[in-house]
This record gives sequence, structure tokens and C-alpha cells, in this order.
Amino acid sequence: MKLAVIITLKKDVLDPQGKVIEQTLQNMGINSLKNLRQGKYIEIELDEPDEKKAHDTVENMCKKLLVNLIIEEYKIEKI
Amino acid sequence: MNSTVIIFPGSNCDRDIATALTKLQFKNKMVWHKDSNLPKSDLIVIPGGFSYGDYLRSGAIAAKSNILKEVIRAANSGCLILGICNGFQILIETGLLQGALLRNRNLKFISKDVYLKVINNDNKFCKNYNKNSIINLNIAHNEGNYFTQKDHLKELEDKALIPFKYCDKEGLINDNNNPNGSMNNIAGILNNKKNILGMMPHPERMIDSLISNTDGIELFNSILN
Repeated sequence: MKLAVIITLKKDVLDPQGKVIEQTLQNMGINSLKNLRQGKYIEIELDEPDEKKAHDTVENMCKKLLVNLIIEEYKIEKI
Repeated sequence: MNSTVIIFPGSNCDRDIATALTKLQFKNKMVWHKDSNLPKSDLIVIPGGFSYGDYLRSGAIAAKSNILKEVIRAANSGCLILGICNGFQILIETGLLQGALLRNRNLKFISKDVYLKVINNDNKFCKNYNKNSIINLNIAHNEGNYFTQKDHLKELEDKALIPFKYCDKEGLINDNNNPNGSMNNIAGILNNKKNILGMMPHPERMIDSLISNTDGIELFNSILN
């Protein structure tokens, strides 16, 4: 089973990289752009057919290593 | 006094700190991250550098290494732990120190000498400095922008757990004198028991007036006495 983890900075944490990307896109003339946050994307392949178990394993990975819960939040998606 | 310096793949200030410790009369040993035995130590130093190429987050991978389990054990039994620069980032990732070190506000790697005010000297690392004295140390980092929750920030201030803050030559602490966007101009923090110090500036680079200055010496002398 393949799962993806999407990690972004929490809303109250300043995201200077996102801000620079946002400003650049706005300078390029994309006026409808309101807000942009950037983050990390991790693909994980597991030898586990059960979706619930696979999700739990990845959740555990997030909490133990992949995510810094003080400043980041994450989403797990099946791919 | 016995000191130990931990080396990771990508550490690059390990020799500098070892030179500083030896010069200031510590009996120093170097320990590779894969080792699981720590020599008897009064002080453990986690040096600066780019452990594991800063992959995932600065310090995140090093924080899970074999030797760090021993460092955490030693820290919990009261051993003095000093994390400098990447060492500070590693201590944060282990949870021995709270908070996070974000990317510098200006998105640039900053390498320059900065002024620091000794805010609190009532701890084993800073007792030889006068309170409110101004020292000049070097910083060299990309992620030194200290962030923490509001209640923890208040605790750091209230319990005198902030030894150093960024300031100007006259000791003025404000946003103009904040190189990286750190909350409250914080350059280093202590844990509640005050046996663990994490700091972004490099005291080991300031121990010889021939190449820089000697403002870092008293940090090591404080530990010795």
C-alpha cells in the first residue's frame, strides 16, 4: 500500500519561503492569489494490505520522526 | 573535568570545540554517533555543523542516533550538556529542550559576529559573565529563528532560562538587532534544571585574540569552576 504525507507549517507559524513564492507569483501578475503555504510531500510504500493498519503505521512515523508537531501539521492520504 | 564531544556525519565544528576544551584544560574525548557507550563525562558537547545534511529538519535524524539515547540518559541524571548551533537544533529535536528552530526570517544563511547580552548568569554555563555584560560571538546558521508557544516563552523569561539575547554594541535589544527573527531576540535557552544549554552562537570560535576575540572563554571557565 502506498500512502502520502503532506506536511505544512501551522497557520500561526511564519512561513517565509511560502511568502516569497506568494509575492513572486503576485509580481508575475496572478492577482487572484490570496494566500500560499509551502511544505513537504513524502511518499511511503508499505508491505501492509490493511488500510487502517497502514494508516496507523504512517501516523506513528509522523509523530516519531517525520513531523515536528510544535510547528508543523500533517495530512495522510492514500495514493 | 571530563568532556565528550559527539560527532555525526556532517558535524564540522567538532575539532574547533575539541581544541577549545583542551586549551581550557578539559580532558576531552571524541565519540562517534554509532557508539553506544559514553565515556564518563561532566560535560557533553553536541557541536555545530550539518548533521545528515540537515535532511528532513535540522537535527531531526541525529536526534534518533544510538549515542543520543545515552546523552538523554546522562542529561536526565544531571550531566551538563552544551549544544551549539546544529547541536542546539539536535537538542530541540530530542525534546531535551523545548521549542523549534525555524528558518531565518530573511531566508539567508547568516555568518557574522553578533553582540549578545548576558541576560541570566545564574547557571553553571554563564556564572563567570557579569549579568547584562555584552559579548561578541560568531553565528553561522540557516535555521536559528527560535520559536515556542507563548506560555513556554513566558516560562523561559520568568524562570531565568534565557542566558543570551541578541543586541547591539550598546546592549539594546530590539528587532533591528535580531539577526534571524528569533522570538524575544533569544540566542540560547536552558532547560528547567539548568543543566542543558542550547545556543546558536559559537563560543568555541572566540577563545583566541589572534584569530577572533576571547569572549567565549568565560563560558568554558564557568563550567570548570
